[in-house]
Amino acid sequence: MNLPIKSFLYPITSSALTIAVLLLAGCQPQLPETARSGLVYCSEGSPESFNPQLVTSGTTIDIISQQLYDRLVDINPDNGDIIPGLATDWQVSADGTRYQFTLRDDVSFHTTRYFAPERKFNATDVVFTFNRITDPLHPFHLQGGGVYPYFQSVDWAALVKQVQAIDNHTVVFELQRPDSSFLSNLTTDFAAILSAEYGQQLLAGNQPGQIDRLPVGTGPFRFREYQKDILVRLYRNNDYWRGDTQPEQLVFDIVPNNARRMAKLFTHECDIVSYPRVAELELIAARPDVTVQESTSMNVGFWAFNTQKPPFDQLAVRQALAMAINRAAILQAVYYGQATPAYGILPPTSWAYNDGLPAPQYSPAKARALLTEAGYPNGFTMDIWAMPVQRLYNPNALKMAELMQADLAQIGVKANIVSYEWNSFRQKLGNFEHDSVLIGWAADNPDPDNFFRPLLSCAARDSGSNRANWCDPLFDEIISKALLTANQQQRRALYLTAQQYLHQQQPLIAIAHSQRFQAISTSVKGVSINPYGGISLQHAARVEP
Amino acid sequence: MTRYLLRRLFLMAFVFLALSLLAFSLSYLFPGDIVQNLSGLRQIDESQRQQLISYYQLDHNILQQYLAFLTRIAHGDWGQSFASQQPLLQEIKLLLPATLELASYALLLSFVVGIPLGIVAAFKPDSVVGKSISAVAMIGYSLPIFWWGLLLIMFFSLALGWLPSAGRIGVLYEIPHSSGFMLYDILLADIDYRSEALYNALQHLLLPTIVLATFPTTVMIRFVRDAMLNVWEQNYIKTARAKGLNRGQVLYRHGLRNALLPVIRQIGLQFSTLITLAMLTEVIFSWPGIGRWLIDSIYQRNYPAIQAGLLVISTMVITINMLTEILHAFFNPLARRG
Repeated sequence: MNLPIKSFLYPITSSALTIAVLLLAGCQPQLPETARSGLVYCSEGSPESFNPQLVTSGTTIDIISQQLYDRLVDINPDNGDIIPGLATDWQVSADGTRYQFTLRDDVSFHTTRYFAPERKFNATDVVFTFNRITDPLHPFHLQGGGVYPYFQSVDWAALVKQVQAIDNHTVVFELQRPDSSFLSNLTTDFAAILSAEYGQQLLAGNQPGQIDRLPVGTGPFRFREYQKDILVRLYRNNDYWRGDTQPEQLVFDIVPNNARRMAKLFTHECDIVSYPRVAELELIAARPDVTVQESTSMNVGFWAFNTQKPPFDQLAVRQALAMAINRAAILQAVYYGQATPAYGILPPTSWAYNDGLPAPQYSPAKARALLTEAGYPNGFTMDIWAMPVQRLYNPNALKMAELMQADLAQIGVKANIVSYEWNSFRQKLGNFEHDSVLIGWAADNPDPDNFFRPLLSCAARDSGSNRANWCDPLFDEIISKALLTANQQQRRALYLTAQQYLHQQQPLIAIAHSQRFQAISTSVKGVSINPYGGISLQHAARVEP
Repeated sequence: MTRYLLRRLFLMAFVFLALSLLAFSLSYLFPGDIVQNLSGLRQIDESQRQQLISYYQLDHNILQQYLAFLTRIAHGDWGQSFASQQPLLQEIKLLLPATLELASYALLLSFVVGIPLGIVAAFKPDSVVGKSISAVAMIGYSLPIFWWGLLLIMFFSLALGWLPSAGRIGVLYEIPHSSGFMLYDILLADIDYRSEALYNALQHLLLPTIVLATFPTTVMIRFVRDAMLNVWEQNYIKTARAKGLNRGQVLYRHGLRNALLPVIRQIGLQFSTLITLAMLTEVIFSWPGIGRWLIDSIYQRNYPAIQAGLLVISTMVITINMLTEILHAFFNPLARRG
């Protein structure tokens, strides 16, 4: 009788034993070489495309831009200076409309499963890259819809007259007018250089669509595979012209859920985690195996009024609303103290920052007086549109709107909070259906123009990105003038005036400049946040404890 | 047996007819544009629309539309996913093996653990061992799987750090895709880190399998225990005992064979529950299978994907159900009459 029970128990005990052995063995992982020097970056979303020209989303840029591609010129992340990239040298003509670049002659495009370059990088590649954006006859212009969002926002097609290869290593950009932000635009992550030879090969093989799906660049990593919503795998480019790429393999693990991303960091399934939630920073920082990095980013969160709609067309009303808001409470409750209060739209790290602007006042009494003066002694009813997504510059617009609602009630203004799904939200904003909106802006390059023109110019109003629906010829004149000169002193003076003018007019109320965070396992060194754009993982290295 | 088979197949044909009608009507019942729902294309211009209307025979009567739908399904044209704009059948082919892999290991585990435990519990139903097995089975039966999965992750992944919390394999291990079944692919792959990869994949597999196996295991324990107790009361067992066979012999030769027969049928019945639970498990453990994909599709209002997912999963469940029924009938002549 005892025998059968024993023989039945045997598989149970043995499987329990196997499980126990598995569990215990988990303590000493034996990693192969590709995994040992490989890095895992947990990303919050899938890339939309593998061509930076076609996208604006920070998630995509972080994954593709700095890893796969190079630009003609780069920014030194420490001081914002423009430094050589694929171009070693450049000259600007006296009238500022002709830029001549001398190119490196020792750069190769990636060799991958689908492409093997037969020549080095040269001027044809530059012409190919930039003509794709502007030339409707370019064979790839309409690939991916023919929309180049960043370049359209800076009016690139109207600015660049011609891109010309003088010889193999010299390329000339001719502009319609001088534009002092031109070089800065070339440094952005969107101005990545593509391979003309690869383009030819795809055309010959009649699969032009591959150009944005199977990327070929010159960057420190080359593309290996992409599994949608699962991962992006890159290998080291051993022939990288700057040399010194550390990880043999770089994997972007796609984990949209915030809590899950944190869990993966704690279980060491991820080495680097993008955008940890600000509310969880303390918890993360308390762990010995994880460090939190922060950097002041070039961004601003603001409250924009639809200045064409009464009563927001009255300056006194806008001033009153500005005074009614308790920013200190907002900074504490929404940004958890991890942001700098904003005095104007330009962050203090910009060279054109106006430190003479007065600190915003919080005074419900004065606000009431101003409202009475404007003819609204009993206040009015308005909508606050709160964006439905979490962004660096505004981690929780809904909460912010609720705080404001309470503040506004103090001065007799009844505020309704409105929110839509993100796509229709932006669409409705573009049609100026809102009274006021809580939104923000993150800069793509260090040039101060990047804050003024896309946000508050008349051109931006026509394209729908001017959330304040504000068009002031005087302001437009100041910021256009600032583009025509390359003299930084003169430009600075003009931008100071522009900021002063915005402070008087209050088409929008700047609330905060937020810091950007990322959490990194302490066993990884050599990663820092680039304040001007996507993360670069070239120097990331795993150090044995 | 042949008659039985024919009868079964005939019945199955009706089930599939009903299923195809349901799937077909979904494109019409979902909100939005019918041409978009059918093709999965997001942007359709006017000339393309005309082409699609004639392709889907929308200008013909409903019967012809249905026949066209069946032809398309048979030819593998299942439309595109709204989210990725890729052919749906292609996506499903990549995802289905992951779900099948997880589900079959869980089912296997539930047999390996459930059947012996059930027998042990039936052997001495009033002893401490028997009662505690029944108690554990009861608890396992009532555990909400979502909570149980998170609990295991919290304990084994976050607190102890022994096991990974998500995925099928460490992302740094590159495994060439051939069959889609991870362990098989690893064994097949020409890589020099095969044993490490296999070990890593097993680690990833452990928690999801345990979580998914919990419910079927407890069902199996209770089922086997009841069946055994039932059989033990039968006269032929008493006769066998009276003839002088010892308990072990009776158990092997007469008890088990009769008690385990209904278990075969149980596989089929468990399978649909298993697939439902697999969806939850996939969500908890970020397992890239068809369940997680289907739930994501529901969130994204990805109608063509919902339709295709429903079709695949239902077909799978019905087929497995039928196969186990037939298998059961094959082993048990009594069932063929019913």
